[in-house]
Amino acid sequence: MSADFLYGIEVVINGLMAGVLYALVALGFVLIFKASGIFNYAQGVMALFAALTLTGIMSGQVPFSHLINAIFGTEIHHFGWHVPALLAIILTLLVMIVFAWAVQRFVFKHLVGQEPIILFMATIGLAYFLEGVGDLMWGSDIKKLDVGLPQGGSIWVEDATAFLGGDDFYGFFIDKLDMVATVVAAILVIGLVAFAQYTKQGRAMRAVADDHQAALSVGISLNFIWVLVWSLAGLVALVAGIMWGAKSGVQFSLSLIALKALPVLMLGGFTSIPGAIVGGLIIGVGEKLFEYTIGAPYLGGATENWFAYVLALIFLVFRPQGLFGERIIERV
Amino acid sequence: MLYREAGDFKTTYVDDSQTFPIKFDRAGFWVTMAVAWLVIPFVINDYWASSLLVPFLIYAIAALGLNILTGYCGQVSLGTGGFMAVGAYACYKLMTAFPDVSILIHVVLAGGITAAVGAAFGLPSLRIKGFYLAVATLAAQFFLVWLFNKVAWFYNYSASGQINAPERLVAGVAVTGPNTPAWAQYLICLFFVTLCALVARNLTRGSTGRKWMAIRDMDIAAEIIGVNPLRAKLTAFAVSSFFVGVSGALFFAVYLGAVEVGEAFGIQKSFLVLFMIIIGGLGSIFGSFAGAAFLVIMPVALKWLGVDVLGWPTDLVAHFQLVIVGALIMFFLIKEPHGLAAIWRHIKEKLRLWPFPY
Repeated sequence: MSADFLYGIEVVINGLMAGVLYALVALGFVLIFKASGIFNYAQGVMALFAALTLTGIMSGQVPFSHLINAIFGTEIHHFGWHVPALLAIILTLLVMIVFAWAVQRFVFKHLVGQEPIILFMATIGLAYFLEGVGDLMWGSDIKKLDVGLPQGGSIWVEDATAFLGGDDFYGFFIDKLDMVATVVAAILVIGLVAFAQYTKQGRAMRAVADDHQAALSVGISLNFIWVLVWSLAGLVALVAGIMWGAKSGVQFSLSLIALKALPVLMLGGFTSIPGAIVGGLIIGVGEKLFEYTIGAPYLGGATENWFAYVLALIFLVFRPQGLFGERIIERV
Repeated sequence: MLYREAGDFKTTYVDDSQTFPIKFDRAGFWVTMAVAWLVIPFVINDYWASSLLVPFLIYAIAALGLNILTGYCGQVSLGTGGFMAVGAYACYKLMTAFPDVSILIHVVLAGGITAAVGAAFGLPSLRIKGFYLAVATLAAQFFLVWLFNKVAWFYNYSASGQINAPERLVAGVAVTGPNTPAWAQYLICLFFVTLCALVARNLTRGSTGRKWMAIRDMDIAAEIIGVNPLRAKLTAFAVSSFFVGVSGALFFAVYLGAVEVGEAFGIQKSFLVLFMIIIGGLGSIFGSFAGAAFLVIMPVALKWLGVDVLGWPTDLVAHFQLVIVGALIMFFLIKEPHGLAAIWRHIKEKLRLWPFPY
């Protein structure tokens, strides 16, 4: 096998790993969209906020210390303790649940029955709000997130695959973190599907996704279900935040992965969990492969910025509901 | 009393179809025009021009454009920043390629080029609707910014990758470049704003605008009553992009003078203009101005309050600004989904009966 071909395979594998992370964000979108018809633009910022909160709690930062210092002229920054990763993750999850409740109570409760586009714009507002609150609480400097996930390339995979090529091929370079992310994403998806299929709340969630009024009429509390899905989306955001944060540091650009998740959703269909995963993989592989074969050699590189959108755009012209979406039926 | 239709008799068709059918509105319009054209140019200084008035006027054009597309025709676009970049780069290429032609013509031509690009990106709107379209316009945003970054021809192979506006004169006065007096900057922007607003106002109340609104309210029903969706949607995209292109050209040539595409025309700009029309009011010309004014004034006011009065660090104030913008958007959507324009409408209804409400 020629080295070029092998490098191509390596690109595909890395694309798949990146795709898993896109799918992770897209999953959060699908959960909320199915249950409440809200297209949650703030999902990416939720991931950022969760990651910020996690690092903040772990390093014992005082929330709003910046603000407090500015108002009272004090000089406080840290409590002076370090919280173990697992406990911090649980605490962050609690914060995300409180956030889910607050979002439902103060924003979307008042917007029930509005047009989808109004709801979408409200989530853009929410995204700004949450980003501002995150910065106010924990400061806007780039933070390192270290919850003990393995980092760096996997020597084992490199050694095990080096025999495939000639002397100039040293085996596939695969980031350990990406492998962990893949496993975690798989567990998360299986867990979510099991939750939706086999628990009472999961059934209620699916009922709400199917038909709000019918669900109400059999005694399901819409309010509770919506808080539940926002909490689940918060959980997904937390996981995505940990993965991306460990990969590239906790910073504002983390919230931009939400934008990357949009073409994933368009490709997979807004209402389908398998669609989110397949879409994520296609986008991940597609953009890496395009950059490797065409983008970098002929177009000057950085095509990853737009390739996903253009791919989704072209795809949608032929199949407007996405790969797995429900068929769009329009009536007058 | 103050605001009434009674007694305002219309005896000719011309009277009946004038732009402002109500006397109070007409008076308001002429007073605004008089202040804007005859008073402000004489009292303006650099600070007011560069921090408030010029950005307000330029964003007002962009907001008008986006409002035509989103508010009147119902097609949500997140590609405004990208289209502004098209206007800016088209203007730059024209300015450097034809230095003898007036900048006024260049700006209009830049708008025209943007209109063509916008219409091309509007083509998918025939098959894609709602969110899907909003995301599809993101393709325009990212692709265009990438294109202007990577293809050196667009920035004339300059080493920095920036584009710089050369000095151009209108009637002997510099309107672009570093030697532009504040009032000239202001006047050229005001000229285009007035023109664009009149065009927008009259397009939206004519048959074109009615077609757009029919498409917005329900496209299948509109098709059945004889609106051609292809033409309606593409004209909306073209007209909207024209405005956005003009605003991008002015933003680059008159306001900033030097532009780095990712910074000046990134995705943030798209959202900013979208927020302007949400806060101002979707489907309202007045709303475009109100929203632009609001979002231009607010950061300046907050900065003044936070940094100058309270003495807080600037980054803290910037964070607060995010919180406040976000909260305001949610607040407006909950309390008044039709924005500042609807509040103005309520005031007018109250004024109609004042001082004798029943």
